[in-house]
Amino acid sequence: MTDTAGFAEPPIPLGLANRGFCGRIDGIHVGEDTHGSAAPEIESRLLELGFVEGAEIKILHEGPIGRDPIAVRINDTTIALRRREAMAIMVTSSSKRSA
Amino acid sequence: MSTQTEIGVPHFALVGTPNSGKTALFNALTGSRQKVANYPGVTVERKAGVLQTPSGHRVHLVDLPGTYSLRGRSPDEEITRDVVLGRLASEATPDLLLCVADATNLRVALRLVIELKRVGRRLMLVLNMIDIARRRGVEIDLDRLSAELGVPVVTSTAVRRGGTEELLRRMDEMAAGPLEAAGENTWKPMTAGELRAAQREADRIIGAAVGMPKRPDTVSGRVDAVLLHPAAGLLILLGVLFVMFQAVWICAKPLGDLIQDVFDALGATAHGALPEGLLQSFIQDGVIKGVGTVIVFLPQILILFFFILMLEDLGYMGRAAFLMDRIMGGAGLHGRAFIPLLSSFACAIPGIMATRVIDNPRDRLTTILVAPLMTCSARIPVYTLIISAFIPATYLWGWVSLQGLVMFALYAAGITSALAVSFVAKRFFLYEDHTPPFMLELPAYKLPSVRSVAIGLYTRAKIFLQRAGTTIFAMMVLVWFLASFPRPPEGAEGPAIDYSLAAMIGGALQPLLAPVGFNWQISVALIPGMAAREAVVGALSTVYAIEGGEEAVEKVGQALAGNWSLATALAMLAWYIFAPQCASTLVTIRRETGSWRWMAITFAYMLALAYVAAFVTYNTAVALGAG
Repeated sequence: MTDTAGFAEPPIPLGLANRGFCGRIDGIHVGEDTHGSAAPEIESRLLELGFVEGAEIKILHEGPIGRDPIAVRINDTTIALRRREAMAIMVTSSSKRSA
Repeated sequence: MSTQTEIGVPHFALVGTPNSGKTALFNALTGSRQKVANYPGVTVERKAGVLQTPSGHRVHLVDLPGTYSLRGRSPDEEITRDVVLGRLASEATPDLLLCVADATNLRVALRLVIELKRVGRRLMLVLNMIDIARRRGVEIDLDRLSAELGVPVVTSTAVRRGGTEELLRRMDEMAAGPLEAAGENTWKPMTAGELRAAQREADRIIGAAVGMPKRPDTVSGRVDAVLLHPAAGLLILLGVLFVMFQAVWICAKPLGDLIQDVFDALGATAHGALPEGLLQSFIQDGVIKGVGTVIVFLPQILILFFFILMLEDLGYMGRAAFLMDRIMGGAGLHGRAFIPLLSSFACAIPGIMATRVIDNPRDRLTTILVAPLMTCSARIPVYTLIISAFIPATYLWGWVSLQGLVMFALYAAGITSALAVSFVAKRFFLYEDHTPPFMLELPAYKLPSVRSVAIGLYTRAKIFLQRAGTTIFAMMVLVWFLASFPRPPEGAEGPAIDYSLAAMIGGALQPLLAPVGFNWQISVALIPGMAAREAVVGALSTVYAIEGGEEAVEKVGQALAGNWSLATALAMLAWYIFAPQCASTLVTIRRETGSWRWMAITFAYMLALAYVAAFVTYNTAVALGAG
């Protein structure tokens, strides 16, 4: 744990994070494999729901099968989305630093 | 007010994100004076109403489908975009846009306001649910917010009496004032960069004008810890569904039976009051029976929609979709499809109407297509009649009733085929270039407003009676006509139906139905059997000339056992799993999809499945010696 570096950990996709994850959105990067949906479309939808850079985010709940979909708290709203789409949201953890 | 008449009634439109309480506000403003119809050519519901402001201005108000932006990514959102931009020929361009926002959740709403400003129309921001926001400690500087945004801001509480007074007063001013557009329309779809910039601007305004409490909504969080729990959440969902369908079954069944009895009694009275003949038959079996067939669906529809509206207003629907997403998704169905499909076990008609909870049109269509395959309660009399006449009441291994097992197999066949059809339909016919992503806001829990639920129920009942009811009634009269015309000649032997158009059609169909083991009596009974699935029981008793009509079910069973082979009976069961033997369902599909095409497709695919299933069953049974 290096306190000196601040956000020492590299950003990870929200789609890989576990329940209880707390962090900040680092960027929205829609990859190639979006199951046919146009990348800009996914990006726009995420932005419209409030997934913008800098927003605070926390994974509150996971679905009963395959821990999918996930429910995340973003600022003051709760959004449900599939892990597949959450892969586009790059996040940096803040929970470990405060621990 | 001479200017009033010159400009006519001003048109106001409600725009807002989903869960902003827009519909509750619309209900509070227009009450029962609202008209619900479809926009031409699409399945999108159009809600409009006229209201009177305190000083007597009449205002035409339309409730546009909820949207996060004007990009129009679904037919609903395209309607909102086109009406806002004044592109929809059938709709008056709104003189004022009322952007409804959840006061506890302003980030996304303010970004929408920033986008709406570009349209150049007059705009007012309505901060709805202001009571909840204030209770939670959200402090909003209305003047500052209005100055920063450059649009007037007003607060409201849709679900509280008097909560719309301030809004009505402002609408009054707006209605009295000049109605021309405020500026130039510079709107075009926002790019990702513009969206980010707009969100930053919205966040800046919130920072300047809104004091957010340090404690967010903890109640919803705590409730969700239980309701979205992977195990407990699913159990509770099952419990909710259990109560819901028990209620539909326990409350609607006696009410439906009561309605049936009342109409039977009315029919008997008419029978007694009128002289023997065509008019008597028309009034009793055509008109009274036809109206009864329509009304009998009302209790089920009302009870089911009571639950749906309550769960929706509570904010539970999104949670249920969250829990069911993966489970339903495997069959190509939307997470929200489980309510319509489960309802269809009682009756496909309320089930098909309940598909309105599914936003995506293709998901909704798939659900409508397969809903009639769920074993509805009208199949039960047919199944029990044939099973008790042909399947021996023996027990396998001493405890499994063979009759019960056959019944279970029929239900299982219905469910399996529904899942298979939806899978195939999604894969090959309703295929989309992209699977729509599942992204859904889970709103804070709220107590439903009694008034809003009541208005919702009233509108549903009205829609059913006006739109589906009239056509179902017409179909019932047609079925009566086919079974009664022409009249038998003087001194003719046998039941009157043998001389009717139904018998002629049945006779013509007979060669086609012979390969599935159906005799001409079945072929004839299938025609009046289109009235409703259980009607075939009565029709069979008519063609086998059994006295006492539908009450003589046992006698019908004996007649069938004496006249049919086991193979024919099994083929008939297989036929009834799939066959589109319900005119009311077909009419409802036509109404809900707004197209004859989808009705025809449903009819054709179900008929094809029924024929193949009956054919295979009959020939297998014959080969095994049951012919």
